[in-house]
Amino acid sequence: MTRKFEYAPAPESRSVVDIASSYGLFIGGEFVDPSGGKSFKTINPATEEQLADVAEADAADVDKAVRAARRAYERTWSRLSGAERGKYLFRIARLLQERAREFAVLETLDNGKPIKESRDVDIPTAAAHFFYHAGWADKLEYAGLGPSPRALGVVGQVIPWNFPLLMLAWKIAPALATGNTVVLKPAETTPLTALLFADVCQQADLPAGVVNIVTGAGATGQALVEHPDVDKIAFTGSTDVGKSIARTVAGTRKRLTLELGGKAANIIFDDAPVDQAVEGIVNGIFFNQGQVCCAGSRLLVQESVAEDVIHRLQRRLGTLRVGDPMDKNTDVGAINSAAQLARITALTAAGEAEGATRWSPPCELPEHGFWFPPTVFTGVAQTHRIAQEEIFGPVLSVLTFRTPDEAVAKANNTPYGLSAGIWSEKGSRILAMADRLRAGVVWANTFNRFDPTSPFGGYKESGYGREGGRHGLAAYLDTEGTH
Amino acid sequence: MSPSSATSRARELLGVGSLTNKALRTWLHGLPGVDQVGIEARAAALATRSIKTTSKEWAIDTAIGMIDLTTLEGADTPGKVRSLCAKAKLPDPTDLGTPQVAAVCVYGDMVHIARESLGDSGIHVAAVATAFPSGRASLAVKLADTKDAVRAGADEIDMVIDRGAFLAGDYRLVFDQIAAVKEACARTGDEPDAHLKVILETGELATYDNVRRASWLAMLAGADFIKTSTGKIQPAATMPVTLLMLEAVRDWRELTGELVGVKPAGGIRTSKDALRYLVMVSEVAGDDWLTPQRFRFGASSLLTDLLLQRQKLRTGVYSGADYVTID
Amino acid sequence: MSRLEVRKTYKLYIGGAFPRSESGRSYEVMSSGRAPKFLANAAQGSRKDIRDAVVAARSAVKGWSGATAMGRGQVLYRVGEILEGRREQFVAEVASSEGLTRPQAAKVVDAAIDRWVWYAGWPDKLAQVLGNLNPVAGPYFDISAPEPTGVVGILAPQESSLLGLVSVIAPAIVSGNTVVVVASEDRPLPAISLAEVLATSDVPGGVVNIVTGRTAEVAPWLAAHRDVNAIDLAGATAVPWGELEAAAADTVKRVVRPAGTGTDAVEPDWFATPDLSRTRAFLETKTVWHPKGQ
Repeated sequence: MTRKFEYAPAPESRSVVDIASSYGLFIGGEFVDPSGGKSFKTINPATEEQLADVAEADAADVDKAVRAARRAYERTWSRLSGAERGKYLFRIARLLQERAREFAVLETLDNGKPIKESRDVDIPTAAAHFFYHAGWADKLEYAGLGPSPRALGVVGQVIPWNFPLLMLAWKIAPALATGNTVVLKPAETTPLTALLFADVCQQADLPAGVVNIVTGAGATGQALVEHPDVDKIAFTGSTDVGKSIARTVAGTRKRLTLELGGKAANIIFDDAPVDQAVEGIVNGIFFNQGQVCCAGSRLLVQESVAEDVIHRLQRRLGTLRVGDPMDKNTDVGAINSAAQLARITALTAAGEAEGATRWSPPCELPEHGFWFPPTVFTGVAQTHRIAQEEIFGPVLSVLTFRTPDEAVAKANNTPYGLSAGIWSEKGSRILAMADRLRAGVVWANTFNRFDPTSPFGGYKESGYGREGGRHGLAAYLDTEGTH
Repeated sequence: MSPSSATSRARELLGVGSLTNKALRTWLHGLPGVDQVGIEARAAALATRSIKTTSKEWAIDTAIGMIDLTTLEGADTPGKVRSLCAKAKLPDPTDLGTPQVAAVCVYGDMVHIARESLGDSGIHVAAVATAFPSGRASLAVKLADTKDAVRAGADEIDMVIDRGAFLAGDYRLVFDQIAAVKEACARTGDEPDAHLKVILETGELATYDNVRRASWLAMLAGADFIKTSTGKIQPAATMPVTLLMLEAVRDWRELTGELVGVKPAGGIRTSKDALRYLVMVSEVAGDDWLTPQRFRFGASSLLTDLLLQRQKLRTGVYSGADYVTID
Repeated sequence: MSRLEVRKTYKLYIGGAFPRSESGRSYEVMSSGRAPKFLANAAQGSRKDIRDAVVAARSAVKGWSGATAMGRGQVLYRVGEILEGRREQFVAEVASSEGLTRPQAAKVVDAAIDRWVWYAGWPDKLAQVLGNLNPVAGPYFDISAPEPTGVVGILAPQESSLLGLVSVIAPAIVSGNTVVVVASEDRPLPAISLAEVLATSDVPGGVVNIVTGRTAEVAPWLAAHRDVNAIDLAGATAVPWGELEAAAADTVKRVVRPAGTGTDAVEPDWFATPDLSRTRAFLETKTVWHPKGQ
């Protein structure tokens, strides 16, 4: 008798969210039409269904938003006490919690990520960021950043599409808590939760102009970065764009923090708690379809256990459920865009061409939308492109090592330095490895954990500045003198 | 399998000439460690699976068929056992299509009552033995306890390991006792041997590393099933502990080709919990374990909730306690 | 008849040694003030000297950043002691380099020594002041601590040849960074004398490397060098610092801009009480997570 546990479809209800057919720009506390009258469409990447028409902000709109932010900074926000600012942030945190399901559904529709991730990770963590930073607003002098930290003024923020609302929270919460006003540009493929957040700002009675949302693509971001009256730029996205922003800002007095790409090594020693390590590998590279800057995209496994670990990993990947992101049992959802899918496809083709062995579990991909199966490359060498370039997709490259020194050397042998993982039951080895890895976040015997209290950010070409925790506040404050 | 054959097989598996405590220790402590936070997170993630409509129907019936309907009270009487057996055979008189449970689990002195009540229903009689629940008795007493239940017609013996010996590092003693009880489960002639479930009492082993080692030790000594708990100690069965034991039987199969069963017992009261366990069975050990031959729930009140949910699926309205017989 | 003084040949300081510029070039260094007079010929470093200095600095990172914080503090304090011993030499050199009277120069030198000693006390406090335990919402031990960013390029202040120099080198190396310093173009002599102090102290070779020469010529090479992690543009007052910052962007270097507003770059008052901002600028925050279980 062979039985099989088939899970019936368990779709999350879409009725909890109302998507308007078109959205304007959120400037000065209200939705306004873009001056150029242009718009772009945002689609559901799982179905290619069109979700809404979204205004495209040009330089004039950005200017309007910056002026609104400046006005709000000078007339309202900078005159409020920290305690009052904090209360607004507490309100926002609560509103996000109250409307969590609505945000989760919208995020999944616009982004393609599994509903269980938007429901259990993105939205609760976003609310937690506001809650955490709310408490800082009237305690900044205790942050260890000098006796009288001061807000910078107007902050321009550009965020990516992989965690749309969460990245918004990472940006807006600390900026407002420290007394700045904000012009934020969400990614062009995922603007909807940012626009719903505008609604939250209205419900919270946040003073007009404190938060402004300008939607658009690269040109909109560029206009924001170049705007002379912006005091600080915070960017999360690709290393290429980050460098270009740094060049644009060079020679001005604008402050800049960058959270860029990564190519994290996830290092498995022969004494690892192997079943948890396998979970950590899976979570490291298949969480959010691998579209995570800190993804554990390079598996470095000690040669003596490589065969066993790969066997266990492949067995585990056989249980991953790929498909409809709105199904509560889906583990791996859709790739965010056709462009991203093309990039993943091209890099994996290069992996095969360069001689690595490609493997995917059997899985049926939906006909419409942008899909890529969980993929593992074995026999990868350090020189292969799939070991060097950020793929930003559900693709794991497996390399082996023999000694701790070799693991460190391979892990650090990249221009990136965002994150790393270590799996071992030996405490002293973990501490020594953690010391030697050149990465801003080191997860030992765990992976892809995030918390508002925990600073996140990279070394080297993964960027500079930290988000979260006491350290994250420094990105939005004038703290000390100049030397 | 006689104790001596269990020992010789173990020597072969471990690659040692003599099955000493040291050899067992080296082997058991060479198993991969278990990270508490990681395994608990994995169990919690599996618990978020959403089982709806047709799969829920299937899973509820599958779960009912895996229940070891249990009464282990000092106050057990022949009447109580008989009525439990009646419910085992006919869980829901309003729906004769309801599956029967897998077994009725009782103390040794009640085996003959259960045997007689269950007749040729196909439902097994399981007996707890070996000075259950503490296991604090001599081996002679434990074997006598076992043989008594086997003689009375038990199809399955649920023994307890000597947790004291395990925690003291006397793995050989634990091994020997399991092997000896296994032998005591044997019947002569054509009659099938009683199946041996080995209760680890994971709540007393305290750490996941210990649970993994105890699971492997029990399988090495010949367990047909490994079982979490007596139900008399808290915590009893938990998702992470059962997950760990499912990993153990999965890995044991890869090593030896044998399929050992898993039985979480104690504390599983709701259909929602039962379905979560089945998800775990399917995704961790594999669907080969989704049968009463390889997975059981040791429970008393779980059946009631499964029946309520079953009625809800059948009728479309929520049911109530008055619509399910108490035993 | 008075005795003829024995003059010093001023060379570069790279990897603990004092080479001439590989280019073989040198340039005249004159005193400041109303009647400039010849002080010395300084080595005119080239891009290849910068390259060699970066190699030396990179190879010193492991040892210097791997030393105990207390050890770094002791080594740096020792430098303070030696500076004090050479006080008279520095007073004379600063006076002629910067066109100061002896009492003015003495004040500068004393401030520089005191500044160095201030920083010497920092290495074993930085992690305590700048690190913390993060109370994450889960069963994890989560700690953030500062680490040196690696190799820091420094354009030393053009005017303040010793106090300014000390004020940019010390904050970078206290935490374990190594540095490649382009000395003040017109006032390079105190920098080379400082190098002599470093060479005779316990600071390992390669931790501080000093190149004298034309800032405009070598600074772009330093700013663009891919093996440099950060750059301090304090001394980019007469060169287009925006271009250097843009070059640094190609490898996402950490940049400390020159003081001033807008595109203007000015030298700050180096006598002002220092704070940790320059030290912070060359630190990375590393956050380590580990589960807590049994």
